Amino acid sequence: MDTPILSISGLRAVFRIAGRDIAAVQDVDLVIGSGETVALVGESGSGKSVTSLSIIGLLPKKIGHVAEGSIALRRRDGTVTELTGLDPESLRKVRGNDIGMVFQEPMTSLNPVYTIGEQIAEPIRIHLGKSHRDAATDAVRLLAQVGIPDPDRRARQYPHELSGGMRQRATIAMALSCDPTLLIADEPTTALDVTIQAQILDLLAELQAQRGMGILFVTHNLGVVAEIADRVAVMYAGRIVESGPVREVFTRPRHPYTAGLMRSVPRLGQATTLKAAGTPLPTIAGNVPSLALLPKGCSFAPRCALAVDACRTAVPPLFAATTTQQSRCLRWEDL
Amino acid sequence: MDAPFLSVRNLTKHFAPTAFSRGPVVRALDDISFDIARGQVVGLVGESGSGKTTIGRSVLRLIEPTSGEIRFDGVDITKLSAGPLTRQRRKMQYIFQDPFASLSPRMTIGQILTEGLDIQGIGNRPERRARAEKALAAVELPVDAYDRYAHEFSGGQRQRIGIARALTLEPEFIVADEPVSALDVSIQAQIINLLRDLQVRLGLTMLFISHDLAVVEYICDTVIVLYLGRIMEVAPAAALYARPQHPYTRALLSAIPSLDPLARQGRQVLKGDIPSPANPPTGCVFRTRCPVALDACAGIVPPLRATTSDGHLKACIRDDIA
Repeated sequence: MDTPILSISGLRAVFRIAGRDIAAVQDVDLVIGSGETVALVGESGSGKSVTSLSIIGLLPKKIGHVAEGSIALRRRDGTVTELTGLDPESLRKVRGNDIGMVFQEPMTSLNPVYTIGEQIAEPIRIHLGKSHRDAATDAVRLLAQVGIPDPDRRARQYPHELSGGMRQRATIAMALSCDPTLLIADEPTTALDVTIQAQILDLLAELQAQRGMGILFVTHNLGVVAEIADRVAVMYAGRIVESGPVREVFTRPRHPYTAGLMRSVPRLGQATTLKAAGTPLPTIAGNVPSLALLPKGCSFAPRCALAVDACRTAVPPLFAATTTQQSRCLRWEDL
Repeated sequence: MDAPFLSVRNLTKHFAPTAFSRGPVVRALDDISFDIARGQVVGLVGESGSGKTTIGRSVLRLIEPTSGEIRFDGVDITKLSAGPLTRQRRKMQYIFQDPFASLSPRMTIGQILTEGLDIQGIGNRPERRARAEKALAAVELPVDAYDRYAHEFSGGQRQRIGIARALTLEPEFIVADEPVSALDVSIQAQIINLLRDLQVRLGLTMLFISHDLAVVEYICDTVIVLYLGRIMEVAPAAALYARPQHPYTRALLSAIPSLDPLARQGRQVLKGDIPSPANPPTGCVFRTRCPVALDACAGIVPPLRATTSDGHLKACIRDDIA
């Protein structure tokens, strides 16, 4: 097997809050191969965005930092760089270059006072050292590649002149401008309407097929995961609780949290049956625990119908449920 | 048959440029008509700019419609002056999308819950408190929430407070505007169940606004599909999902990602963007993205017409695509 594009092991990211170090993410292992899409899925506060920000060194500077673990990236020239502990200058040479980023809200990731073309050309000039003229030509070509009609004219426009879907296409063009080996897409379709979301998901799949980059896709939407990812890692209260190929995890979840999440998503066509029978939608009781007050043992135990005494004594390790699927549940065999 | 509880006729809302904004008139709603019977839940679905929220706000006259009639319990509220309107509003309440923006950080939950009662001059202080506590119990929050502030609660709990606020006036009609969109999946299901339970138990009439068709399917009796300020299709919930008739509804249903990773193929992806409501297409507003549009679609605005006997209506001139 090739060297993976991204290899994270034992990641622990902490935030200093009220004089205490609180782990927002711990024990995270994650591998992304070339041409592979891995989805990181979870609810608010599960640590999915903290994981992606740790990779690119963008944790809030004064309060957050990576405390333990390794993040190794295979770069365009084939060398492998350890990203943790990298000085800011070297990290800047990776970000926007070997790693492309797309965020949720295209209006806040674009600068309102520069044209779309200038913003796409900027990283090309900085990282690849091309001239203004060549970078501008590249920008127009990239806009065409991400499916923006009339790219010459669009390159001269400002972000406010584009629709939400078009803006997200432009940020994708910017992320791809230096031909990254890894694309981090953090909730890239969450702010978009569902018909536009479908367009963007298709576009990302198509661009990946052409370029073979690895994609880390952060989302809360399980439907989107089913649509785009090869593998999925489910996060809860800062830890990965289950991971594996999407087909396996979605057809046979081996962690009660994943199973509960899958059941609580209203599905088209299913509601009519439930309503007719007077059955409520299945839910997961309770709320996500505060990271500062995590229960002893398994963080999900207080909400879990399967929890036994052993769950409350120590954090369960990741069990290999199959050769490809892991679950952080003592009772994975009972699911 | 009884007169409908809420009857909207030819509702139109155009946002004209003001002294502080330039540009063309935005046609947010055009000729919207629908009825809601007492105790019924009607869903409004559509994408950004389709006019869902504009309808919801117009129905309570939180914004002034440009033209049209809104009869609530027999009274045309578009013609009421301020005093009688306030009295009508006692029966109509609104639940907002964002549980962070819709609760004042400076007021205690008790003040938030009793504000409407103060404005309506209902009861004395102990009576107001009793009503607020009853509303807290109805949304399954502890009574001691009364003296606390909104920041002490999670998103799901805040949304319960927003629902409790709507309940303290014991309304007959509620507009719920994307009430679960800002919530996490596991919390979303809890709030949907709560709303459904309250609706059944209190016999509430509801206008339920959402962009999530699966949520709407669960909670609504009838669904109205909007696109660019016009009604595309109206149908009983089960019929809409089993047999969508309008090409837009079909595309919308098809665009929703399925939870089944094996069902990835066969999605119909609409091309292009939603046109600007400031410059909508002539004829059928959906024709520029419609996979089955004909030349004739540019010429006429298709009327909303019955296609079956079960109350299924569509605004599309084609009958040969079903």
